[in-house]
Parts: sequence; C-alpha cells; structure tokens
Amino acid sequence: MIPGFGISLGFTIVYLGLIVLIPLAGLVLRSAGLGWSELYRIATDLRTVNAIWLSVWTAFIAAIINVPFGVLVAWVMVRYRFPGRRLLDAAVDLPFALPTAVAGIALTALYAPNGWVGAYLEEWGIKAAYTPLGIVIALTFIGLPFVVRTVQPLMEDIDKEVEEAAATLGAGRFQTVRRVILPSILPAVITGFALAFARAIGEYGSVVFIAGNIPYVSEIAPLLIIIRLEEYNYAGATTVATLMLMISFALLISINWIQAMTRRRYGNG
Amino acid sequence: MANVFSRAPIGLRSAVNEGAITRVSLILTAVVFLALFLIMPLVLVFVEAFRQGVGAYLDALKEPDALSAMRLTVTVAVIAVPLNVLFGLAASWAIAKFQFRGKNLLISLIDLPFSVSPVISGLVWVLLFGSHAALSPWLQAHDIQILFALPGLVLATMFVTFPFVARELIPLMQEQGTTDEEAALSLGASGLQTFWHVTLPNVRWALVYGVLLCTARAIGEFGAVSVVSGHIRGKTNTMPLHVEILYNEYSFVGAFAVASVLALLALVTLGIKSILEWRYGNQLASGHRH
Repeated sequence: MIPGFGISLGFTIVYLGLIVLIPLAGLVLRSAGLGWSELYRIATDLRTVNAIWLSVWTAFIAAIINVPFGVLVAWVMVRYRFPGRRLLDAAVDLPFALPTAVAGIALTALYAPNGWVGAYLEEWGIKAAYTPLGIVIALTFIGLPFVVRTVQPLMEDIDKEVEEAAATLGAGRFQTVRRVILPSILPAVITGFALAFARAIGEYGSVVFIAGNIPYVSEIAPLLIIIRLEEYNYAGATTVATLMLMISFALLISINWIQAMTRRRYGNG
Repeated sequence: MANVFSRAPIGLRSAVNEGAITRVSLILTAVVFLALFLIMPLVLVFVEAFRQGVGAYLDALKEPDALSAMRLTVTVAVIAVPLNVLFGLAASWAIAKFQFRGKNLLISLIDLPFSVSPVISGLVWVLLFGSHAALSPWLQAHDIQILFALPGLVLATMFVTFPFVARELIPLMQEQGTTDEEAALSLGASGLQTFWHVTLPNVRWALVYGVLLCTARAIGEFGAVSVVSGHIRGKTNTMPLHVEILYNEYSFVGAFAVASVLALLALVTLGIKSILEWRYGNQLASGHRH
C-alpha cells in the first residue's frame, strides 16, 4: 500500500482552502451581505453595466478574431515545414510569457497615433489606441495562444489516412478540409474560443494602458473594481467582482460541458 | 518549402495536400500575422528602451527605485513559488496515487484561480485584511501588516500562480500510475525513499516545466499585486508595477528599460520551455508533447 494519502490530501485541502477557497468565499459572502436590493441597485448602475458589457463584447470580438487566425497558425505549424517554423511556434506562447503590463505599454506605443502601426491607421482615419478598438487589439494578443494551443494537438492527431480515403472517394481538397478536417477539430476550436473569451473578460494589465479608461465608454470591468476600491466603495467593488465571477463560472461550466460532450461523441478530448 | 512530403501515392498527392500557391500563401499569412501581432510589440520594447542610448538605458536600470522593484519581485517569487511547488507535489501525489470521492471536484477547484480575473485575485485579500475587515482589529493589535506590504503581495501572487505546478504534475502522474512505487515499496523502500528516488525522478521535467511557468507568472503578475500593493515607491512596487508608474509619469525610457528586463525573462522562459518540449516532451504532461 502506498503511504502518505492522509498527509498529502490534508495538506492539499488546507492549502487550497487558505489560498483560494476562503478568500473567494469571503468575496461571495461580502456581496451576499449587501442584500438583494443593494446588489440590484449597484448591478444595474449604468456605469457598472457599461463596464461589464464593454469587457464582455470586446472579449467576444477578440476571441472571434482569434478563431480563424488561431486555426490558420495551428494548421501552418502542424502541416508545413518552412525555415523559422520552430521559432514562430515558440513565439505563439509569447502572450503567455510576456508580463501583461509589458504587453500593455508596448501595444499602446505601437497603436498610439504616433506609433509604428497607429500612424498608418491614422491616415485611414482609424483611431486604435484609447478606444474600444484598442481594447479588442490587446485582448486578441492575449487570446491567440489559447486557440492555437487547443487546436494544435488535435490537428497533429488527425489521421492522414482519413483524408486519403476522402480523396479516394472523389472528394476535392476543399471538400476534404470542410467535411473531414474541420468537423474533427471543431470541438477544440470551440474550447479554444471559450478559453480565450474567458481569459479576455477578466484581463487587466494589457488593456488598461491602451483602453483610454473613459467612464461609460472605454472603462473595463476590472478597472472599475480598482476605481471603486480607491473610492473605498467596497460594496461597488464587490458587486462588480461577483458579477464577473458569475460570468467566468458560467463560461467554465460550458467549457467543461463541451469537453464532456466531445469525449462522449469522439471517445477522446 | 519544397520539403513538404506526402505519404500518399503520387496520384493522390494533390488531393491530400494543398497546391503550392495555397500552401505558400497560407504560410505567408500566418508568418505576417505573427510578425505584426506578436514579434513587433516585443521589438518595440527594446527599441524604446534604447532610444536614448545605452547609457540612459543602464542609468534607468540602476535607479534605486528600479533596483528595489527588482529585489521585491525576486523576493515575492522566491517565497510564492516554492510554496506552490510543495502544494503541487502534495496535490498530485494524493490525486494520482489514490482513489477517493470528490477527486474530479478537487481537480476543478485547483484550476479555479485560472478563471478568476487577476484584479479579483487581489480584491479577495483586500476584503479579508483591509481596514474594514473583521480581522483588521486583531491584525492591528498584533502590529501585523498584510496589505500594502510583502505578505499581501505574496498572497496575491500565490493565488494567481496556484495551479501551475499541480496541473503539470497531476496528468503525468496519473498516466504513470503506481506500479513503480509499488515495486519500490515491495523491495523495502520507505515511503519517503520511494517518493525521492522513484516518483520525483519520474516527473522531474514536468516539475521543472511547472516551476518555470509558475515563476514567469509570479514575476510578471500585474493586476492582482496592483490591488494589494498600495504603490509605495521603492517599497511595495514590484517590477511590473514600477513599469506602470514610470509609464504614467511619461518616463518612457525608464518604463521600457524595466519592461525590457521583463521581456528578456519572458524570452528566456520561452526558450527553456521550448527546449523542454522538444527534448523531454515524452516526459511532460501529454498536452505539451510535440
């Protein structure tokens, strides 16, 4: 019999409780202590609604953008061999590794009206930095690896023989991609999309520099939490945080559900 | 690009591979996208940092507040990472080597911090230890400072980096099962000997991988520590927070100089991570195998 069950599980649960569960429970209890009418009043406050809506829709658009580009990057990395492929493949994880504040100031300098890219956009009359478009750009940067890294392993597992079979049966290449390859990676694409979306809703560091942070217009929900804290408005901060937690958990549950469905249907994750 | 081989017979080759033009344009689109979107921000950090020459760059790094930010960042990581390693080892041992009820729930709960906004990961500590909290009078009576001090920064960092080590070890150890351990125990090894000489060597590269990601995140964490730090210059500013302060003061060379150190660390992290995946991929959790 392998020893150490009691002590390892005990330590795990105590540590999990102290560092994660008790602090989170404290947040939930605090917001529950406000009472329904107060919670409702803050949750429906126009500034709260605008901030959360902004965080949700910019995160959604960014995740949508990442789907085609993420699938393209994964496809190119898995199927083709070209000089610099390994380097680029490693670079896909840059948004994971680069501290968000560094990404934030770099993207801002890049897309500011006098920046390398921003100056170009300015000529076309597009303002990126300090607008919701800037937020979408930062969130796309943050979300890309989630889609690529979820789709990539599944693409590597695609059996080339299935494609050959499709071709033998008279399918054109486009038909094979659309009817054989895409359906088999679809669950991974949806999972990657959901992971990028979930991460982007709560993202702060890479967004706060480029956003402009104008209340009702370009003020994201995590920033509103910080502003409420600085005003010593704990009820406000707690309510926004609780709403965001509810959104995150709903997404988490749907991700798990998608993965469970996929396992049932295809026999693997 | 000519070395794209197909295993299919000649007649089928065009049907299971894209044509050369499609192939080249797909590769070019991906490369241009990654270059514009990922590489350019990275290059910009270094260009901006050296805008006024190497002298100004080095001066910005030698500035006392920058140095103290670096020291604080290292201190926080040195405390938070080993604690999360200890947790990761304990959790993976319990989850992978034993059967018990609620195991899947436990695994989900360990991943929980990943789905919480960094700002909320800081906020929870303010609610527990802030001036209005129930614990506050007791803390004051005992002269314990948690918020706006090192303990708060460590706690926020621990919360954010909590799952990194555990989630690398758990799937790998589950895959490896218990046969090696049972063999060692039946040959008379003690529990600790088994862990030290059998289990740990079996998972060593996954452990290194987890520690690497955990450390990188601990060093770079911004949102969570921003909430608990209080932003006291030279005292409670970690490197990412110092970057923010310099940037907001329009001291761009300083901000990008400190940022360049963080970017360099990120590059080193990516380098080691890639080496681990290429050389020891078969000894990592299955998601990282190439």
